[in-house]
Amino acid sequence: MTGVWIGAAILALVVLPIVVVLLKGVLDAAKSITPTIDGIAATAERGSADLDAAALLLTTQQQVKETIAGVAAYGGSLDVILDDAEPAR
Amino acid sequence: MTPVLAATSAGIVMILAVLLIVLALVYFLVATILELRKIVAGLDRVIEHVGGIVEKSGPVNEIVNDINANLDAGVSALEGLLVKKAGMADAMGLIDGLYPGAAADGLRDFPDSGDITPPRIGEVYTRGTLTLARLGREAPIAAASPRGPAIRDALYGSAASRKLYPAGREYGARELPRSPTIGTDSPEQYEQREDIGQPRKKFPAKQS
Repeated sequence: MTGVWIGAAILALVVLPIVVVLLKGVLDAAKSITPTIDGIAATAERGSADLDAAALLLTTQQQVKETIAGVAAYGGSLDVILDDAEPAR
Repeated sequence: MTPVLAATSAGIVMILAVLLIVLALVYFLVATILELRKIVAGLDRVIEHVGGIVEKSGPVNEIVNDINANLDAGVSALEGLLVKKAGMADAMGLIDGLYPGAAADGLRDFPDSGDITPPRIGEVYTRGTLTLARLGREAPIAAASPRGPAIRDALYGSAASRKLYPAGREYGARELPRSPTIGTDSPEQYEQREDIGQPRKKFPAKQS
C-alpha cells in the first residue's frame, strides 16, 4: 500500500515536472528557430532579388565586346595613319 | 480509512499522475510538431530563394571572365599601340603628364616601363595632342581614374569638350588661312595636269 502511494507521489511530484521541463525546453528551442528561419528566408529573398540585375551582365558583355572592337578599329586606323616611333638610339 | 479504500485512492492518484504526464506529453509534443512544421515551411522558402541565387549567379563567373578577357585585350592593344607610336619613354611621359605619378606603376604588358624616368611630355607634344589624349579621361570608362571621376557628360559630350576652351578659338585664329579645299571639284587644282580625271592610259599588271 505504502509503495503505491510512494510511486504515485514520485510520478506526480518528480516525473511529471521533469517531463514538463524537458518538453518545454524542446518547444522553446523549436520556437526560437522559427524567427531565425524567417530571417534567413527574407535575406535569401532579398539576395535573390538583388541578383536580378545579373542578367544585365549579358548586355555589359556585349557592349564591352563592341567597345573593344571599336577600340581595335580605331587603333588599327591610328596604326596606319601614324608613323611608328623612331627606334631608340 | 479501510485498506480497500486506501488502495483505491492510491491507484486513482497514480492514474491521475500518469494521465497528467500523458497530457503534458501530448501538449508539448503537438506544439513542437507545429513549430517544426513552421520551420520546414521556412526552410522550403529558403531553399527556393537560395536556388534562385544559385541559378542567377551561375553564369556570372563565365561572363565576368569573358569581360575581363576582352578588357585585357583592349588594354594590351592600347598599350602596345601607344608604345609603338610614341616610343616607350614618350609613352610614359604622356601617361605621367595626364595622370601625375601613374608612370611609376608602369604599363602592364611592359614590366620594365616602370623604371623609366618619364620626360616632361608637355615640352614634347603640342597642346592639341595633349588635349586629344586628355579627352580619353572624359570617357565614362575612366570613372575610376586616379584624378577623380569622369568629367564627360555622356549626354552632352560636345558641350563638355567645349569647356576645354571656354574662351573660344585660339587668339589670332581668324587671321589664319582656312584649310584648302581639295578634290577634283576644288576651285583651285594644285596640280595642273591634263590626264587628271581622264581614263587611265596604262593599266596595272594583272595579279597572278
